Amino acid sequence: MHIHKYEKIWLIFGIGCLFVFLTIIGVSAFAKGNQPPSCLTTIDPEKVDQTPPFNKPGLVKTGDNEYQLNMVAAAFAFTPAQVEIRKGAKVTINITTKDVIHGFEVVGTNINMMVEPGYVNSFTKTFDKTGEYTILCNEYCGAGHHMMTARIKVVD
Amino acid sequence: MNEMVKVDRRDAKLALAHIYVAFIALALGGLAGLLQTLVRSGKFELPANISYYTILTTHGVLLGLVLTTFFIIGFQFAAVSRTAGTFSDRVRFWGWVGFWLMTVGTAITAFFILIGQASVLYTFYAPLQAHPGFYLGLTLVVVGSWVSGFAIFAHYARWKKEHPKQVSPLLTFMAVANMILWLVCSLGVAATVLIQLLPWSLGLVDRINVLVSRTLFWYFGHPLVYFWLLPAYMVWYAIVPKIIGGKIFSDSLARLSFILFLFFSIPVGFHHQLMEPGIDPFWKYVQVVLTFMVAIPSLMTAFAMFATFELYGRSKGATGLFGWLRKLPWGDARFFAPFVGMAFFIPAGAGGLVNASHQLDQVVHNTIWITGHFHLTLATTVVLTFFGAAYWLVPHLSGRVMTKAMNRLAIIQTIVWVIGMTFMSGSMHFAGLLGAPRRSAFSTYGNSPQALEWIPYQIAQAVGGTILFIGIILVLIIITNLAFFAPKGETEFPVAEVAEGAERTPLAMENWKLWIGITVALILIAYTIPFIDMIQNAPPGSKGYKLW
Amino acid sequence: MAKEKMKGKATEDSNLKGTLASVFLLGFFLIFTWVSVYYLFLERL
Repeated sequence: MHIHKYEKIWLIFGIGCLFVFLTIIGVSAFAKGNQPPSCLTTIDPEKVDQTPPFNKPGLVKTGDNEYQLNMVAAAFAFTPAQVEIRKGAKVTINITTKDVIHGFEVVGTNINMMVEPGYVNSFTKTFDKTGEYTILCNEYCGAGHHMMTARIKVVD
Repeated sequence: MNEMVKVDRRDAKLALAHIYVAFIALALGGLAGLLQTLVRSGKFELPANISYYTILTTHGVLLGLVLTTFFIIGFQFAAVSRTAGTFSDRVRFWGWVGFWLMTVGTAITAFFILIGQASVLYTFYAPLQAHPGFYLGLTLVVVGSWVSGFAIFAHYARWKKEHPKQVSPLLTFMAVANMILWLVCSLGVAATVLIQLLPWSLGLVDRINVLVSRTLFWYFGHPLVYFWLLPAYMVWYAIVPKIIGGKIFSDSLARLSFILFLFFSIPVGFHHQLMEPGIDPFWKYVQVVLTFMVAIPSLMTAFAMFATFELYGRSKGATGLFGWLRKLPWGDARFFAPFVGMAFFIPAGAGGLVNASHQLDQVVHNTIWITGHFHLTLATTVVLTFFGAAYWLVPHLSGRVMTKAMNRLAIIQTIVWVIGMTFMSGSMHFAGLLGAPRRSAFSTYGNSPQALEWIPYQIAQAVGGTILFIGIILVLIIITNLAFFAPKGETEFPVAEVAEGAERTPLAMENWKLWIGITVALILIAYTIPFIDMIQNAPPGSKGYKLW
Repeated sequence: MAKEKMKGKATEDSNLKGTLASVFLLGFFLIFTWVSVYYLFLERL
């Protein structure tokens, strides 16, 4: 098949760009650990209230300046609805749902997870800026979907 | 070749029936869209307890599934009849069977949405559970489209038999490729609806595997967008060159790009599931790589389009680097609307690369950026190309001609669309980067300062949505005129020819067994292991919820 | 002269400088968009 000389130049450049993009995100994901939230842990969605750590949702200290934030989503609220975090703390957020699919987005950060019945999802972030962050449900879950929200306060 | 080859009147009726349903869906779905943008501005509330999410489901199903599928199948019937000859009575009969199955299915689905029994959005994620009638209606739509697909395959097979050792007409080849893509991908949605959702909503089984159902949906959901896009590419490759008076840049490369779409548009569904638990990040990355491959045929298409325009412009004596742009027929709506569609595919494609890159998706996933993105791809690129095609297709089929006044109105319509969409989609993109969610009614999230920042963008969306609704009214006026009121006469169905001296298209391009084999192999590579994982490590299933 | 050349092999050596320039502008736009959002991602890390 004949391909015009300029088209060859364009395709080499274009496909080259695609591979550069793929390499950047590939190295960042596999070498530096910036993987998207992909926790493989399962849970019985009807026994969330009895299953640790979700039987006691909230912030738990796990190490020097390291925390676990265990959250439960259910139509149409997050528990806990208010969290205070010390600036500089490294927090692993674990979340699951008791009913339908929800979304967990911390506005203005890279924390963006699907929360699906039967699964725990998880993401770790160091909060190094003080301020108030809005948490909201960004996956349609029913009539009260847009009322489903919580707050994280990062304090000194 | 006779310039004025007409689509047979009986085939024209079949194609027109599809196009009427498509534009009725546009009218109703467009109205729903207008209401959504108004609600989201925070200045307007829906009357009579109508739910935002009922309107949203109506909008998504009518425009994402009904408008597209009906227009595409109608257009492809016309294109195949025009380029591969009049249908046999049998093919036409099955075409009508497909049409009625889809139409009855649409009516059933719409009924259950409008009575509030199916506010599950067009993605219908379990464990939200709609009335069984909703799933049944959608099944009929899909089965109807299969019947029409097989009608096209049968006609193509007959053409091949009657023309041994000949390369099929380009438009027919493209329609066949698109229907194969559709058949292979819609098996996924058929599987989740028939095996999982329907028995579960009827109460035959109590529980559903949510992740499997989502995965089957997105196995279908991404090729679905290419099923929308490829007919637009058919217009760009095989029809627009004729409208401007030029030639097809390369028949072989056009076919190659369609084959690449068949390969790479299916094994990529995980890029809609990048933020999900239960899928190993390695397999997410595999599908991210495959998603990037599907950009390649679009890079080829961009070159072919510019080359077609430049060759034509230079043949008319254009000089300089961009002088050829001035030679294009800007006053002809049949060219102008699809051209604007192409131009909007540049930001649309750029956004697509962002969405597909898993880390960047963390920034934009389920934000209104995504809504802004597919209002560029589907609601501008594809839809403006379809409008541009309708401006000659509808009068060709109805035996009428487009008047100068209507052509001028169509140019204005396109400009109105550009302005409205720039406002709406532009502000959706920016609000999305600031975190505003998609698929959500107006909310300030307890007067959160972050959410208050989005309000000016949401007002801009309402302004854009209103302008777009004016655009919809204009296009409905034009289409009604072309179908029923325009002066009688002959309108050309433009089909471009290959440039003289271009190399002949190799027959090997039609080795469908090989193409389907490669498609299936890529699907198996991308999906087998993660899918087995999902089933082996499945959590207890979910019962149904009706939370609206 | 030039015109004759154009008529001949359309895909062979026709003048497609404008096309090359156009697709590269498109390519730079793709890179610009991607890098901008990637920068936002890094900013929010």
